[in-house]
Amino acid sequence: MNILVCLKQILDPEIPARDFRVVAAKREAERGSASLVTNIFCENALETALQFRERAGGTKITVLSYGQPSAEDSLRKALAMKADAAALVVNDGNTNPDPLTVARVLAAANAKLGTFDLIMVGREAGDWGAGQTGGLLAEMLELPCVSFVDSIESVGGKLHLKRQTDTGWETLAAEPPVVVTVTNDEHNVPRIPKVRDVMMSYRQPLTQWTLDELGINADEARAGNTYYDVAELAIPQKETRCEFVSGDTLDEKVEAFARRIIEVTGAM
Amino acid sequence: MNDVCICLFAAPNFDKSAQGLAGAGRRLAAELDGQLLAVIVGAGADALAAEVARIADTVTLADQAELAEYQPETCLNALAQLCGERSPRAVLLANDTYSQEIAPRLAYRLGGSAVGDGVEVRVEGEALRVVRQVYGGKAQAVIELKRTPAVVWLRARSFAPAAERAESGEITRAALDIQADTRTRIVERKREAGGEARLEEARVIVSGGRGIGGPEPFESELKPLAELLGAQMAASRAACDAGWVPPTWQVGQTGKKVTPELYLGIAITGASQHMAGISEAKVIAAINTDPDAPIFKHSRFGIVEDYRKVVPLLREKLAALQR
Repeated sequence: MNILVCLKQILDPEIPARDFRVVAAKREAERGSASLVTNIFCENALETALQFRERAGGTKITVLSYGQPSAEDSLRKALAMKADAAALVVNDGNTNPDPLTVARVLAAANAKLGTFDLIMVGREAGDWGAGQTGGLLAEMLELPCVSFVDSIESVGGKLHLKRQTDTGWETLAAEPPVVVTVTNDEHNVPRIPKVRDVMMSYRQPLTQWTLDELGINADEARAGNTYYDVAELAIPQKETRCEFVSGDTLDEKVEAFARRIIEVTGAM
Repeated sequence: MNDVCICLFAAPNFDKSAQGLAGAGRRLAAELDGQLLAVIVGAGADALAAEVARIADTVTLADQAELAEYQPETCLNALAQLCGERSPRAVLLANDTYSQEIAPRLAYRLGGSAVGDGVEVRVEGEALRVVRQVYGGKAQAVIELKRTPAVVWLRARSFAPAAERAESGEITRAALDIQADTRTRIVERKREAGGEARLEEARVIVSGGRGIGGPEPFESELKPLAELLGAQMAASRAACDAGWVPPTWQVGQTGKKVTPELYLGIAITGASQHMAGISEAKVIAAINTDPDAPIFKHSRFGIVEDYRKVVPLLREKLAALQR
């Protein structure tokens, strides 16, 4: 099995809201002191791939990213987690390209890298959260797509993809090649690479391409907005003043809390 | 060309999500001065079709054998065909699993642009603009779609329903020339216990976070409280990832987006990605030991105490007050 896992490097989504600012004019988030991390769902995808390789054997995992030069760190970390090969397409254009652009770039890089039985992406990214890369990539590659997968098994030449739904879960039998988008689950929490492996990863080869090397319309990719544009970006001011229930004893406070609850539920 | 097409999957009833979708579609169609067309895919949706027809100008039921049950590829082929024939200005879907899975691909096949998780859709000049939360709910963006049709999946439950019209729209059955695509096939479907009533439809939600400390208190402390309030149970990502409760309970940016009258957050800090899932709740209340927990900034009322002390007492008080 040949697996391709696509990774996106993003601004750490765990930074507290009070430290988060946007540059409204550029319609992007301010970097500030936040670190850059690999999107969690992309890491869940990589972890799912690594576990598949451990069970099924005979599997090669390639990681691919389209991003700023700093995205190399996400790929190095993936190598430290024991991905087999890595490639980066450097984005020297729009720092927030639309999903169609991203899918187009990934599809072109995918073709340069070889043929894959399984292409994995995160269900969405923790920054813009568009949730479209997997579906659009599948369309461009003319492959089927299954979303919200959390585990993959090989069963008699087919892949059994377990995925989460609104009400429970489903298993899909898929004939490779197939594109999947991955979501989080208790079983695919990304492993922490060993410090030594992180250091070693910087000595491993890493393929780098510019947009001009992909055989796509590079200027259009740099513009990155033929699908959609961000017209506005703002932080909504929406704070409620919380009434902390008062009372001299715990009993009084809880009584007051219970009364407030009944005020709401009783009025329904 | 100014029409709006809403796409629904077969369901036994016209739930809050379908009502919101039809409402959003009706208002957008009015703004565009077009018709509201509805497409329902899957078997057993006659009752739903009748309800939707009270809002939409036309309803098309695509329930032939190949489409009886949802299968991603076959269903996508059907929707691409149905929407393609109608050349709408906009295609709207809800934000259930299947709609999210299909929407970007549908847009691609129709030559349009998709955007998801919309909380508002508006027409500005020639363009369609969609408001959505980004950065885990920390910011809000307005996205302008460049291609037609605009394919938008919405947080349907937070849209108001539309008034029923005097005359119902016509309901027709589609007979599509469609081949089942067997490259992927759903071979097993499983409902999570307690997943019978949808969290998104709940009017009261009792939710637990990392601070709950393990799976047992969800059962011994939170469940009896939820029963007392006629509430459904939910959890933060931390509690789901720890395996304490099923992933279907997860509320947040990447979990369920809920719209209850009351959301009671217990031992939940309220990271922005969690708050993104409850921003449409009418009243948020919280129990937390940390007075600076972000959840309090969004709460109408709260109590700063250990939930282990509060919850048993709260059950007693509520039981007494309800009597």
